[in-house]
Formats: sequence, C-alpha cells, structure tokens
Amino acid sequence: MIEFLGEVVAWFTDPANWTGVNGIPNRMWEHIQMSVLATTAAAALAIPPAVYLGHRRKGGVIAVAGVNMARAIPSFAIVAISLPFSIRLGLGLGFWPTFIALFFLAVPPFFTNTYTAVAGVDDALVESGRGMGMTQPQVVRRIEIPVASPVILAAARVASVQVIATATLAALVAWGGLGRYIIDGFATQDSVQVFAGGLLVAGLAVVAELGFSAIERWWLPRGLREPSEDIARVAA
Amino acid sequence: MIELEHVSKTFPGQDVAAVGDLTFTIPEGESVVLVGPSGCGKTTTLKMINRLIEPTGGTITVAGRDVAQMEAHELRRGIGYVIQQIGLFPHRTIRDNIATVPKLLGWEKKRIQARVLELTDLVDLSEDMLTRYPSELSGGQRQRVGVARALAADPPVLLMDEPFGAVDPIVRTRLQDELVSLQARLNKTIVLVTHDIDEAIKLGDRVALLNIGGVLEQYAPPEELLRDPANAFVADFLGTDRGIKRLSLVPISQINLDPGPVLPRSAPVAEAREMMRRYQIDWAVVGGDGRIEGWFTENDIAGHDTLDRVHLLPFQTKLAATDSLQQALDAVISSHTAVAAVFDGERYLGMVTSEEISREIIE
Repeated sequence: MIEFLGEVVAWFTDPANWTGVNGIPNRMWEHIQMSVLATTAAAALAIPPAVYLGHRRKGGVIAVAGVNMARAIPSFAIVAISLPFSIRLGLGLGFWPTFIALFFLAVPPFFTNTYTAVAGVDDALVESGRGMGMTQPQVVRRIEIPVASPVILAAARVASVQVIATATLAALVAWGGLGRYIIDGFATQDSVQVFAGGLLVAGLAVVAELGFSAIERWWLPRGLREPSEDIARVAA
Repeated sequence: MIELEHVSKTFPGQDVAAVGDLTFTIPEGESVVLVGPSGCGKTTTLKMINRLIEPTGGTITVAGRDVAQMEAHELRRGIGYVIQQIGLFPHRTIRDNIATVPKLLGWEKKRIQARVLELTDLVDLSEDMLTRYPSELSGGQRQRVGVARALAADPPVLLMDEPFGAVDPIVRTRLQDELVSLQARLNKTIVLVTHDIDEAIKLGDRVALLNIGGVLEQYAPPEELLRDPANAFVADFLGTDRGIKRLSLVPISQINLDPGPVLPRSAPVAEAREMMRRYQIDWAVVGGDGRIEGWFTENDIAGHDTLDRVHLLPFQTKLAATDSLQQALDAVISSHTAVAAVFDGERYLGMVTSEEISREIIE
C-alpha cells in the first residue's frame, strides 16, 4: 500500500505529467471548461422560466415534476443516446454528447430550487412591494430574485459538484478532461493513473464546493444569511 | 380626501359579495378606522383604495382623482402602505428599506439620505440601526421602520392594515401612542384597519363600523359611537362596557364639578362638622380663593375651636381639567376620600365625584 502511494506521488511529481496535451494543466482546464459551460448553460436556460413560473406561482409544480423526471435518466445513457446524433449531425464525437448529458444533469437543481425559492417568497414582501408602487418586473428584480438568491446559489453549488464529477464521462466518447486518466488508466491497467485521476476530480469538486460556500458566506447580504432570531429578541 | 361611491367587490367564484355597496368619505387630514368582525370586508375595502384589489363596481377617488384611471404603481407611490407582517425586505438594510419609495421615484441620493435621517428621527429610531438588517431588530423597531418606510415620500394618504396586530400588548400600546402623536404633527389622511374596537376608539378621528358583506353600520367619531350606537349590532360590537370605554374620550371639563367641602382656615370647627353632615362624609378641605391646602378628618378636629392648627393631609392625586374621565374615575376609586381634586395649573376648580362620572355614563 505504501509502495502504491509512493507510485502515486511519483506520478504527480513526474514532469511528463505536467506538460503537453495529456498533462494535468491541460486536462484540468478542459474539465473546468466543460463543467463551467454546461453549468452556465443550464443556469441560463433553467432560471428564467423558473423565475417566471415562480413569480406567477402557477404551473410550477408540474414543471418541477417534469424536470425531475429527467433526473431519473442516467447521464451515461444520455451520452450514449446523443452520441450517434452528434456524429450524424457532424458535431463530432466527444464534446457535444458530454455537454448535453451534463446540461441535463444541471438543469433540475437550478429549475427546482429557483422555482421553489421564488414561489416561496413571503407574500407579505410581495404585497408590501406592490403596495409601495413597484411594477411586476421591479417586484421580481428587487424582491423575489434577491430573496431567492441563497437557494439559487445552493443550486449552483450542487449542480457544479455533480457536473464536475460526471464530466469524467467525456473521456468515454473520446473527449478530454480529467476522465482521460481514469479511462486510459483502466485500458492500460495502470491503477496509479486511475487513482491519480480520481484524486484530481475529487479535488476539483471539493474546490468548487468550498468556492461556492465562500460566495454564499461573503457575497450574500447579512440579512439573508442565518436568521438571527435571538439578536432580534435581545434588541427588544 | 378619499371618497368611496357605491363600491362593491365580489371575488371570482364566490356568490356573496365581500363588499356590497359601500359609500363613505374620508376627510382630508383625518384618521379613519375601519373596524368590524372578520368577513366584514374591512381589509378588502382598504386594499381597493390602492388597488391591490380591484373593485367590481363603484368608484373610488383620492384627492379628486378616480383611482381606476391612474396607473396602479403611480397611484401606490403616492400612498403610504403598512401591513401587519410589516414586510420589510430582509436583504436590504434598514436605510435601504426606508428609501424604497424615494428610490422608485428616482430621487437624488442626497435628498434620499437626508429624508431617511429625518424619518429615523421622526419614528424615534437610532441612526446606528440604519446599517442593520430587519432580522436584527425587535418587533417594535421593525414596525417603526415599516411606518418610516410608508412615510418616506411624504404621501398625503397612509393606509394601515392591522399595523399593530403582530406585536405584544405593551409594545402595541406604545406604538399606538406614537402614531397618535405622529398624526398630531403630520395630519395625514389615515385609513387604518383593525378588529380591535379599543384600538379603533383610540386611533380614529372617526370609526367606520362594518358588518359582514361590507355593510356600513355606523360612521361616527368614537365618542358619538359609544354614546349613541346606531343599532343593536353596533351596541353589541362595542360591548357592554361601552360606557366605561367612552370615559377615556370625555375630558373632565365636560362634567359638573362639585365645589367640595372647602372651608377657610378661620372657620370654626362647628362649621366643619356641619359641612361634613351636609356632605355625609367624615372629612373636609381647607382652602379658598382657588387654592386648597389639604384635607382633614373628623378625628383631627377633636379639641380644636377653629381649623387654624388642625393637621392637614395633602391630596394624593391632582387631576387637570383636560384629563379624561377615565383618569378621574381611577383617581376617585383609589382615593380615601372618594373624590378627586381638579386643578387648572395651580388653581383649584372643584371635585370630581363618582356620582357625576356615573351620571355621564348613564346619560
């Protein structure tokens, strides 16, 4: 076991693994690129309709059920299904099937969280906003989205961690990313490389998780963080 | 001035109108309280004024303008609005909450800044609260911020929907007092909804008592409502203690004061005894020329010829002519002498007796 870990350390310190197309920097960059693209696309497509339905507080339950059904389909299956279409349409092997699979993986958390959070904004806030003369778009922009933002941010955290973990599938359909080390390692029975690839993916996922936690902590206004009921009572 | 003419509202899918056919006028600068049992349409009526609920019939005019002809959001920016849950924005500081309407109106930063400070002072909040968030304030403080926010753009009209319903009784009383003094300075046209008749009596220049279906049973100043309820429903809603309730609205100067058993220092003891017999009491007062020195009992004068050297006791409670009969009753009941002395400044005016108070209740 110690010997194995020694080999892993040796793998990480081997300069050959830090340069070229198959070097860690390039594979990491590919992995991040793919993850960011898929997550951003999912956010861009899922959030606006979820906000709209949440604002109207209508039809969202059905939409959420539908979106969640998509969650039942394994990402691997989506990659497999989209692969022939991608080839037929001349879009190539690796990028699009992976992108589509990751996109579908990231849509449900964004849609469900956003809809639930916006629809769940306290009626009293919306009523006082309208009562003070906000137009409907102002109610959405100045009240509903900011108040829902912690939950939307949590969706981004969950989605990106899932996407980073799943983006390893790209290597199955001849694309890059950190999955290459795992898939190629299996093919050549190089368990050190498999292990190193796994470590890198796990590390990236943890960094994403910590990054979003930091954003939640520092970027959200104090009023939207932990409800401080005891402070309120003391101030009475 | 707000005028409602034949206003009605039937909610979709309901057979019975929430408000049937309501006509009344809210005069400029007065506070009108809408009160009644649940289902009387008081909140519906309030929300039709700023069009959070659209009437199904009739017209409402604010300052002569038909609200239906105005853009809803423009209308609302000119009307202050306070709700029970307050609805402060949790993601905004107190400063930004108060500045909501001025920002919507596109005021300059400096003007907003100055206005926020002015309001902070007006509702008696400290400036260091401005950078806090609503979750960091107590219920009473939040309610003050709610009022400050509603007053931010200095609207002539203020709508308040059960504004003090969610705070504890002690804080509620304080906030009610604050609203009364605020209104004395600002003279807004206030429409306030409550289910609490005591709150209505305390806060309203006029009270509109509504029955189920938005039927206006009586619309009158609180004193008149309590003195002369229009029908059995009104009397019932006011409660059996409406006579007592009314005492808080009638000043002492409204009733006859008894000159009281007052004697000069030089009066002989026999005259004091005669006075006590006449009043059927065992005590009397030394004074004269609009001043009184104190009181004494029958026991105190034993062995004296005149009142000159009699030991006098001070009056525990001094009432002013502007005090309410409720305060007078309290003083009378809790004093040994069963009367209370009324003064105008230092000048003695006479005595309030329980007989005169009960005459006022019965009448």
